[in-house]
Amino acid sequence: MSGLFKSEIKNPVINWIDCRLPLFTMMSKEYGSFPTPKNFNYFWNFGALAMVNLVIMILTGVFLAMNYTPNTTMAFASVQHIMRDVNYGWLLRYAHANGASMFFIVVYIHIFRGLYYGSYKAPRELLWQLGVVIMLLMMATAFMGYVLPWGQMSFWGAKVITSLFSAFPVVGQPIVTWLWGGFSVDNPTLNRFFSLHYLLPFVLVGVIFLHIVALHITGSNNPLGVEVKGPADTLPFHPYYTVKDSVGICVFLIVFSVLIFFAPNYLGHVDNYIPANPLSTPADIVPEWYFLPFYAILRSVPNKLLGVLMMFSSIGVLLVIPWLDTSKVRSSRFRPVYRPFVAFVLPICLVTLGEVGAHSPVGIWVILGRVATAYYFFHFLVLMPVLGKLETTLPLPESISEAVLKAKTLKKAEAV
Amino acid sequence: MRIARIALMGALLGALVHTAPARAEVAAQSWSFDGPFGTYDRASLQRGYQVYSEVCSNCHSLKYLSYRNLEDIGLSETQVKAIAAAATVPGDMDENGTVHDRGGLPSDHFQPPFPNDNAARFANNGALPPDQSSLVNARDDGPDYIYGVLTGYVTPPAGYIVPDGMNYNAAFPGHNIAMPQPLQDDQVTYTDGTKATLQQESHDVVTFLTWAANPELEQRKRMGVHVIFFLILLTGVVYALKRKIWAAVH
Ligand code: HEC
Ligand code: HEM
Repeated sequence: MSGLFKSEIKNPVINWIDCRLPLFTMMSKEYGSFPTPKNFNYFWNFGALAMVNLVIMILTGVFLAMNYTPNTTMAFASVQHIMRDVNYGWLLRYAHANGASMFFIVVYIHIFRGLYYGSYKAPRELLWQLGVVIMLLMMATAFMGYVLPWGQMSFWGAKVITSLFSAFPVVGQPIVTWLWGGFSVDNPTLNRFFSLHYLLPFVLVGVIFLHIVALHITGSNNPLGVEVKGPADTLPFHPYYTVKDSVGICVFLIVFSVLIFFAPNYLGHVDNYIPANPLSTPADIVPEWYFLPFYAILRSVPNKLLGVLMMFSSIGVLLVIPWLDTSKVRSSRFRPVYRPFVAFVLPICLVTLGEVGAHSPVGIWVILGRVATAYYFFHFLVLMPVLGKLETTLPLPESISEAVLKAKTLKKAEAV
Repeated sequence: MRIARIALMGALLGALVHTAPARAEVAAQSWSFDGPFGTYDRASLQRGYQVYSEVCSNCHSLKYLSYRNLEDIGLSETQVKAIAAAATVPGDMDENGTVHDRGGLPSDHFQPPFPNDNAARFANNGALPPDQSSLVNARDDGPDYIYGVLTGYVTPPAGYIVPDGMNYNAAFPGHNIAMPQPLQDDQVTYTDGTKATLQQESHDVVTFLTWAANPELEQRKRMGVHVIFFLILLTGVVYALKRKIWAAVH
């Protein structure tokens, strides 16, 4: 098919462009009239929040990069220069550093939402898997970003994490040398991490684009987990969800601002204000809080190679849960047996792992770490397939609109 | 639903408040810069600078600050110029390749007491006095902790053997610190007449060092109050709009 697109946009200038490049029609179809389930709760804000967060990261990052120097002798000083001499440099850096934390908070909630409401189930498997890839890319980006200020934790964190690859037999040590670009974490390492730290966010943008294309093919899931049956079940995205997302964005910005302006170093580690020193190992090397659960899994296994494999599989397992979950029902609302496991036990397990990751693996922390690690894998590998088969689920509503109507009449009756 | 939400909030809070590794407890002091509306007490900053320049600067550098930054603590341009001029800074190279020292300018960074780390170690029994530009940020509860170190030179418990060249300090991890007690009562004579007790000097120098590490603190908190106030208003407006738009659906 060739020839101009038949745009229905009235404004002549926009119409002229739209006939040749129908971006405006596409935006209005995908974000204006896009039929969206009418029963979203505020958990459905977190996708939009992640987008906003990514934009903030890229903007602050680009301006930081204008003043940052990726050289081991100057990196630490250049961050100090940003904080002290660059106009509003402190704001850029605190927004970027805390923005990474906010990003993980938002994305972890976003993922939890998917787990609770079964959004990974058919036909959204690929959409979910793209999400897992996004999380992996974020982790790689954040890890390399944390190395850039070249403080003690930057250096030692980089060393510990890259050294993990040495656990693989034969190829391990060559991989580590290759990652480092030498025989220790040094200037070549810092240089490549800076290059990749600048690159990966844009790879993220690409994968997020695919994530959203896939979303707009299958349409959104919703808290009931029943598919949209007809127009009565949906609302146009604009203005209903643009305004609802805006509420979420405002609240997000408040939380973000409290961190930036009143507790900018609360989530960071004090040792990163000490310049990197390869000759002095910190008492305890701890990663950023968002890596702690995975770090705990790693350290719960006495064998290094096995620990590394377990840590990677803890994320890898997420890629296959669309097939591990055998339940016919998506939303945990209608799964009385599974629900407490996903709503309570799994989050408690993850918090425990996070806490374990922040402590040296001695005494009670070893035991807690092992129990929580065991549960984590048990949840996905055993509970999901088995419960899905055994559980008697609650009756599903006929449709979204019917359920919404019922809730409304109930509320009215209560009010009377 | 509600259950899921509570569980999730619990999970997040738990993840955020992971505890720091244990260290000797230090008593919390009250600081002018505490809290969302905190500011630096200017008089204390200036006294603190006096303590830094008369005492600490003999061993500790402050290399990320420039002399001009002192205008922030209320010194005049003339005073800053005089302070800078007293320092010797490596200047331009002439055509013979000789570098000529010159007097400092307000735009110069604070000159370090030792030419390099080895010289600093050599003069301090092998221990390196850390740069003080960000020292407050580089320790958990920085201000309270440093106050604790400065006031923590007490008699060791009976039977405790302090290694040679070390000093006993109640707040320092491991208790053996290489730094000899830097402050005592009347170590300095304050120009504003304040009585220079050990506590007063420590309080003042810690206020100064907190400013040195976080010179943006006042601007940051002021801006934060404005931003958050604005965002709360905006949230109210947007939420009202949301209610209005959704009224027909609910
Ligand atoms: C005689 C030299 C000297 C003077 C003067 C001096 N210090 Fe120190 N300081 C040191 C040395 C050496 C160390 C390293 C101690 C160690 O690692 O055991 C140190 C360490 C410190 C530490 C770090 C403790 C830690 O947690 O690692 C602080 C805080 C400190 N000094 C504050 C001050 C202040 C404030 C002053 C001025 C009132 C001052 N110092 C004056 C030599 C000095
Ligand atoms: C997915 C988005 C991103 C994440 C999660 C992320 C994460 C991080 C983190 C955790 C740090 C360390 C902050 C600190 O403790 O000081 C950092 C530093 C840095 N980042 Fe990013 N970043 C992202 C995007 C970008 C982009 C797009 C750029 C550049 C265009 C960038 C440039 C920088 C620079 C220059 C630093 C060093 C300065 C500093 O340490 O503050 N970042 N990043």
